[in-house]
Order: sequence, then C-alpha cells, then structure tokens
Amino acid sequence: MVMAVTVHIPTALRAYTDRRESVETEGGSVGEVLQQLTAAHPPLRPHLFTPDGRLRSFVNIYLNDEDIRYTGRESTPVKPGDSLSIVPAVAGGR
Amino acid sequence: MLRLSPQLLDRIRAHAERDYPHECCGILLGRSEPVAEAAPGADDTRRLVLDVAPMRNAHTASPQNRFEFDPREHLQVQRRGRERGLEVIGFYHSHPDHPARPSIFDLENASWPGLSYLIVAVAQARAAAANSFELAGDRSHFIQEELEAGVSQEGAAA
Repeated sequence: MVMAVTVHIPTALRAYTDRRESVETEGGSVGEVLQQLTAAHPPLRPHLFTPDGRLRSFVNIYLNDEDIRYTGRESTPVKPGDSLSIVPAVAGGR
Repeated sequence: MLRLSPQLLDRIRAHAERDYPHECCGILLGRSEPVAEAAPGADDTRRLVLDVAPMRNAHTASPQNRFEFDPREHLQVQRRGRERGLEVIGFYHSHPDHPARPSIFDLENASWPGLSYLIVAVAQARAAAANSFELAGDRSHFIQEELEAGVSQEGAAA
C-alpha cells in the first residue's frame, strides 16, 4: 500500500474538485500524481494541461518547496507524505 | 463580484502610488463563496477580500509597463494565507498613466477563471479608477465584475 501524496488545490480550481481543498493521490512521480488527480476530477484537466497533454506554461508545480522545473519536471519522484502545490504564474501589464 | 473594505482598497491605491511610475502588483486574500443558482456563464462567485499582500514586481526589465510575481514569494503568501484561513482569491496590479482596463498582455498572461483581477489606474502619481475583472470560462476575454468597496468589514462584523 502506497501512502498518499497531498495535492493542495488553489481556490480558483476547487470548482472542478467538488470544492475540495486538497486531494490525496498515489503515484511514484509528479506526473503520475497529476494524472491521478485529473483522472479523479476530469473537469480540472484543461486548466492544468494543454489539449496535447503538456502542463500549461503558466502552471508552476511545487513539490514541497521545490519548483519541479528544476528537479526533473513531471518525472520528479515523489514519496509518501510529500505535498504538491499548484501556483499560477502571474504577470501582465498595461 | 468582488467585495473589499475601503481601508483595503486604500492600501492597494497607496501601493500603486508608492511604486509609480512602475506597475505595482499584489495578492488579494480572503474567501470565495459560490452563489447558488447563478445562470450558466453568469457571475457565480462572490469573493470577499480580507487582506492584501503587496508583492515585489519581479519584471525588472520593464516595470513601467509590465509586472510579474516572483513564483516562490507567491507560494509563500499562498501558504501563509492558508495557515490563517485565507485563500488567494485574486490579484491586483496598477496601470500607470493608463486606464483601469485589462490589456491584451494581461489577457495572454491570465491563468484561471474564478479569480479577481483588480486593476488600479494611476494618473500623474495619483491613484484613480479601480475596476475588477474575471477571466471568461473559455479564456477568450475578461468580464468586468461588480466591485463593492463601500462597506467596512470591521463595521459589518460588529
């Protein structure tokens, strides 16, 4: 039995997770966790992934305190008790 | 719709004036409440701002017409908010000497529907109009939302 990895769901995306603030998933990598998350909550998928299955450019994923861009992206391994945070890149200008 | 106290709006306006002629940016923290029975496509969320977190404008190349968050600072504000029971319900930024309307650049960089994007115009170093917007479900445009800044939460809670 694999212990869970907790994914914290930002407020804006809770409309697609039945209002849940966090979702427990299993999986050996960040990619597997995200696949499980979106399989359990399909309406969430287009807000995280492009139609061809890549993480949207403005979606930053943190495994505990580390940005997965610097740790192996979606192949970054996860272990029981880890937590994943989804943080949108925020930018703009007049 | 977005609701905040005049005191919190004043803090945002002061931030916008302090950083002029650069764009300022920050996070709106509070609660988001679904409004039951909203028609499809209609504004179905009420967002209540309970605190604001000024952010550093990390767009050092062109801060007079661009802003961006430091993602790690954003993560920390999101976490500290959660510990206090406050959620990230939206973002604010200023438009120095430009109207309080989202630009094409704002649209291209927007993330998700369900967040408020508050924009404060600053004219000649003085904060002017403030308007709030929400991204349409298909991400094609912004929709202006009602901005209610007339009621003090402190007063309402008493």
